[in-house]
Amino acid sequence: MATSNLVEVQDVTFSYDRRQVLKDINLVVPKGKVVAIMGLSGCGKTTLLRLIGGALVPDRGEIRVAGQVINKLDHDALFALRRKIGMLFQFGALFTDMSSFDNVAYQMREHTQLPESFIRDLVLMKLQAVGLRGAADLMPSELSGGMARRVALARSIALDPMLMLYDEPFTGLDPISLGVIGQLIRHLNDSLGATSIVVTHDVAEALELVDYVYYMSAGKVEFQGTPEEVRAAHLPSLKQFVYGEPDGPVPFHYPAPEYREDLFAQ
Amino acid sequence: MTERVLELMRALGARIVSSWIWRLGFACRFLWLMLLESAPSFRRFHLTIREIYFAGVLSLVIILVSGLFVGMVLGLQGYDTLVRYGSSDALGVLVSLSLVRELGPVVAGLLFASRAGSAITAEIGLMKATEQLSAMEMMAVDPIARVVAPRFWAGVISMPLLAALFSAMGVFGGYLVGVRLIGVDEGSFWSQMQAAVDFRQDILNGIIKSFVFGVAVTWIAVFEGYDAPPTAEGVSGATTRTVVTSSLAILALDFVLTALMFRGL
Repeated sequence: MATSNLVEVQDVTFSYDRRQVLKDINLVVPKGKVVAIMGLSGCGKTTLLRLIGGALVPDRGEIRVAGQVINKLDHDALFALRRKIGMLFQFGALFTDMSSFDNVAYQMREHTQLPESFIRDLVLMKLQAVGLRGAADLMPSELSGGMARRVALARSIALDPMLMLYDEPFTGLDPISLGVIGQLIRHLNDSLGATSIVVTHDVAEALELVDYVYYMSAGKVEFQGTPEEVRAAHLPSLKQFVYGEPDGPVPFHYPAPEYREDLFAQ
Repeated sequence: MTERVLELMRALGARIVSSWIWRLGFACRFLWLMLLESAPSFRRFHLTIREIYFAGVLSLVIILVSGLFVGMVLGLQGYDTLVRYGSSDALGVLVSLSLVRELGPVVAGLLFASRAGSAITAEIGLMKATEQLSAMEMMAVDPIARVVAPRFWAGVISMPLLAALFSAMGVFGGYLVGVRLIGVDEGSFWSQMQAAVDFRQDILNGIIKSFVFGVAVTWIAVFEGYDAPPTAEGVSGATTRTVVTSSLAILALDFVLTALMFRGL
């Protein structure tokens, strides 16, 4: 195994009950890179992210994070590894009964013995990094969607993780917040010396900021390459995805009986 | 015809196994896990104190007011019956025994299930629906130790105290109506009560009942919240199930406990 890869996914297959979601997935994430996993909603990309974070266990195959097979770790070893992993959830998942400050301080208080004055400085530095030091005392209900996402980002980098997982970080954001989050993902990755995996279907934003792309469709990796290679690709479903064409290999209509028959049916 | 009956029986059996027995097994494993994770939650006891405030202290108003009214009604009804037999002096005994043995634990348990149990289920269910529990797990913090166990122990600690306060308030309500309003002799009211109510047989058994109800209600509440489908409909269904299942569990357990505690008396 090459040591320059922080994450290696080998022949992973996963099913929910009897419905197979991922089929023989292989991918690697080199250290220090920002890698996107793109694909349509329901193609299994969030499931793959959860497998990498150890929240799900694959039916077959192996997922290595920092050299450890995450799907074979016991509870304590998994939690020890997770302290080095940060995850940004789709809608932030901030603790609604705590202020922004306490959300960011949460992991520091749980996992370290640092004195409160030290934690205060660290939290303010994290919030400063996402531009929300002034919002430290606000409750999550007082934050806009974009601000909540940034506070959640500050929380996920609280312990300076080696691996950052982003689950649909651009969903539901206005263009300015979207650009800010995109820049922060790149900037934080480079300044922390971390490695990032971004699961998204926001093509334009993702292609601007990532180093490498895996394109998934129906539970398989259909294409991989740099953003330039993605833009130049001739794979019809990928072209439809990248240029947002309404109809193509991915049909506009959900499978249904013939329209005329359906309308005139008794 | 036989085929259809068999089909129906099979469907019924499958439903009972999948929705009741399977869930009961899951709930028992969940309780075991929660007990195992209780030690770390006790090390951060301030979390449990905070939940005692939400589950216990904030239930005080409804418990005290209900206790007062139940006691006052007992005073009126009890007097009405006792006076026919010329034993209205025994009103204090009737009011206090009804409360400490039965009404205190049962009615306080039912109120606790509606007020605190539903709130616990809704809160945990919504935390799950908004991925707060997943986020906690990804931060290497066990939500069972951090979120579930403190709420469970807060309920278990609060319930006997609330039931005791309910009974005390009820006795006071009975006194107000019986002695102050109707005019039963104050000395008889208190002295007969003091002579007839046994600490071990009546008060301790009442406390044991309320403790058992506390475990049952809070266990159901935290389990339903944790197991709720992460949707608005799922959380609302889980909240309803908490109140219904807890209420039925209290009534059934009350019968069993009464049969064990007071047989032959």
